[in-house]
Amino acid sequence: MSETDTRTTEETETARRPGRRRGREDGKFGRYGGQYVPEALMPAIEELTDAYERYVLDNEDGFVDEFRERLAEFGGRPTPLQRADRLSERYETEVYLKREDLLHGGAHKLNNALGQVLLAKYMGKERIIAETGAGQHGTATAMAAAHLDMPCTIYMGERDINRQRPNVFRMKLNGSEVKPVTTGRGTLKEAISETMRDWAETVEDTHYVIGSIVGPHPFPVMVRDFQAVISEEAREQAIEKTGGVPTDVVACAGGGSNTMGTFAEFVDDESVALHAVEAGGSTLEVDEEAGVAPNSASLFAGDEGVLHGARTKLLQDSDGQIMESHSVSSGLDYAGVGPELAYLVDEGRVDPVAVDDDAALEGFHRLSSTEGIIPALETAHAFGFLEKHHEKLGERVVVNVSGRGDKDLDAAIEETDKRDVDGAPDMSMFTGGM
Amino acid sequence: MANADALDAAFADGPAYVPYLVVGDPDDESSKAYVEALDRGGADVIELGLPFSEPIAEGSTIQEALVRSLDAGMTPDRFFAFAEDLEVDAALVCMTYYNLIYQYGGSEARSASDASAGPRPFVERAAAAGIRGLVVPDLPAEEAEPLREACDEFGLDLIFIVAPTTRGDRLDRMMANVSGYVYVQARLGTTGARDDVSDQTTASLDRLGEYDVPKAVGFGISTGDHAERIVAGGADGIIVGSALVDVVAEGVAAELSTAEVADRLEALSRELKAGAERGHRSRTETVESA
Repeated sequence: MSETDTRTTEETETARRPGRRRGREDGKFGRYGGQYVPEALMPAIEELTDAYERYVLDNEDGFVDEFRERLAEFGGRPTPLQRADRLSERYETEVYLKREDLLHGGAHKLNNALGQVLLAKYMGKERIIAETGAGQHGTATAMAAAHLDMPCTIYMGERDINRQRPNVFRMKLNGSEVKPVTTGRGTLKEAISETMRDWAETVEDTHYVIGSIVGPHPFPVMVRDFQAVISEEAREQAIEKTGGVPTDVVACAGGGSNTMGTFAEFVDDESVALHAVEAGGSTLEVDEEAGVAPNSASLFAGDEGVLHGARTKLLQDSDGQIMESHSVSSGLDYAGVGPELAYLVDEGRVDPVAVDDDAALEGFHRLSSTEGIIPALETAHAFGFLEKHHEKLGERVVVNVSGRGDKDLDAAIEETDKRDVDGAPDMSMFTGGM
Repeated sequence: MANADALDAAFADGPAYVPYLVVGDPDDESSKAYVEALDRGGADVIELGLPFSEPIAEGSTIQEALVRSLDAGMTPDRFFAFAEDLEVDAALVCMTYYNLIYQYGGSEARSASDASAGPRPFVERAAAAGIRGLVVPDLPAEEAEPLREACDEFGLDLIFIVAPTTRGDRLDRMMANVSGYVYVQARLGTTGARDDVSDQTTASLDRLGEYDVPKAVGFGISTGDHAERIVAGGADGIIVGSALVDVVAEGVAAELSTAEVADRLEALSRELKAGAERGHRSRTETVESA
């Protein structure tokens, strides 16, 4: 094929699927995105942008080939697209599960962590830092760093450390240092701020593996591109198994990495409805006085602002101070969201829905008892959505099972004991209650 | 451009002493006494910190001060009222993060279908409160155009931070947008008091030599001797934050009276200013003897 032919093919591909490339040029998604970071970080971000373009987009030195090979051999890709028989029957529609819970580590997080740690290696960096909320990104980064023999430090909010002790142990088992963050309420947003501070001091030899499609360009596009393997596989698998693309794709949304990974290849399929399920927490009402939003529904209830390097939708008070968010699942507990999702929601391409703690917990028990899959509490929100809104869905629904629930068993016992959850086993013997 | 010369003037006669404190730390009344003590101690420009909940460029000293101020109820409107109340000779600069600037003016501006409400209401209010310039640590030159326009409209200077890693095209772009003075970050990392002079400072000052704008060095300056070495090394001014915020924090921890803490701030200010002047004299003498 001549050079001209190649270009024509690429141009046709771009024209046909512009959504898949959105933001690559300048990090802007309409009015969202950008690079709002301290000056000291700008050279590192420019260096990273250059590396992203060369290695990830142009496959220089065979980066993409090595990434794919390691995802297959170390990560266990591809993950299956499985028909959920009981849910299909219950909702009278074909429900398929994209089983990211079967990826090594038990969640979709490894796709991004392995990509970024490998990229850091190609860039000649000598140290990895990362933030973590639920601990899923931290454990994935720790695994990837051990696998690729890189020293690694993970920042984690103190409150999250207490909620997620087994994950802290896993990170340490993989040889990472875990640094507790005690400022603020000790959750994900404080951990991100603290990791950025470390990076400001160490940019020359350190790569910051950000855990979601948030932060300054090129992080949102780069993390999407690493996570897009979910929808690349799911789209092909759906066509192969069902003869076409699905009518609906459902994913839970916190920062939005599994969401965007699950949507990326479908954004250009206009017939496919995309549902981003956010944590509605206990209520969507905010307590402006206390600076607390008892939910994490920034797409559904937030408004535009600048946080952690990007312009996006945020939970903030009228002065612009960032609210303390809340969710039963610490992985969704974040006051911002990826700028690309904010854009797609404004464009009407993505439908944001909030599912509260109660409905998520019911979803957790339903999937566990009927399908034999214990989902992460984050993932459980997607199944809460399915129960509530299945009537408006089409005939073929793909739901991303973003992670498995083993990490959440303590929280699930405690939260179940507080409520009268439909279909839940009696947990009182575990909690000392009646 | 009513105020635009105020910051230039602060650098006109000898080295400028530019102290920073968090407004409202630990409460408004004490904070007013502290800022006025900096003024008595010889401040030429005072950087007033307006606290944001996610201060990604700050080290632990200033971060804790920001939390103390927020816990005491600081808001942008209270900040502006505070600035209006101050009785000081020094020119006032506001240091804060972009989201507070962007959101000011209320939710009706935000929900408008275009994003253009932007930074203008904040800058207009700041100008009315007597603020002469802005430092916004999370706003690089690439994203600064709307704020630059608003600052031009209301006569405020927009001060950029030049890092040890800032070079080439980025430095040119920044220097094309900067006014008032340039904030030379003495070293990589976040704010916090240290007592050496980093090679990175000297290298940054060398790189900036050709640009005709005052160069104030900040990040880590804590003593008069330290200030002297920085100015002798070519700085036109010194910016001191964490060392002063430490004095306030010690006052909180030891439950000292407001007057006692103010005296300590004034004394440290005199030491820093005197150090800067010694550094300037040694530079002049070197030039004359050459």
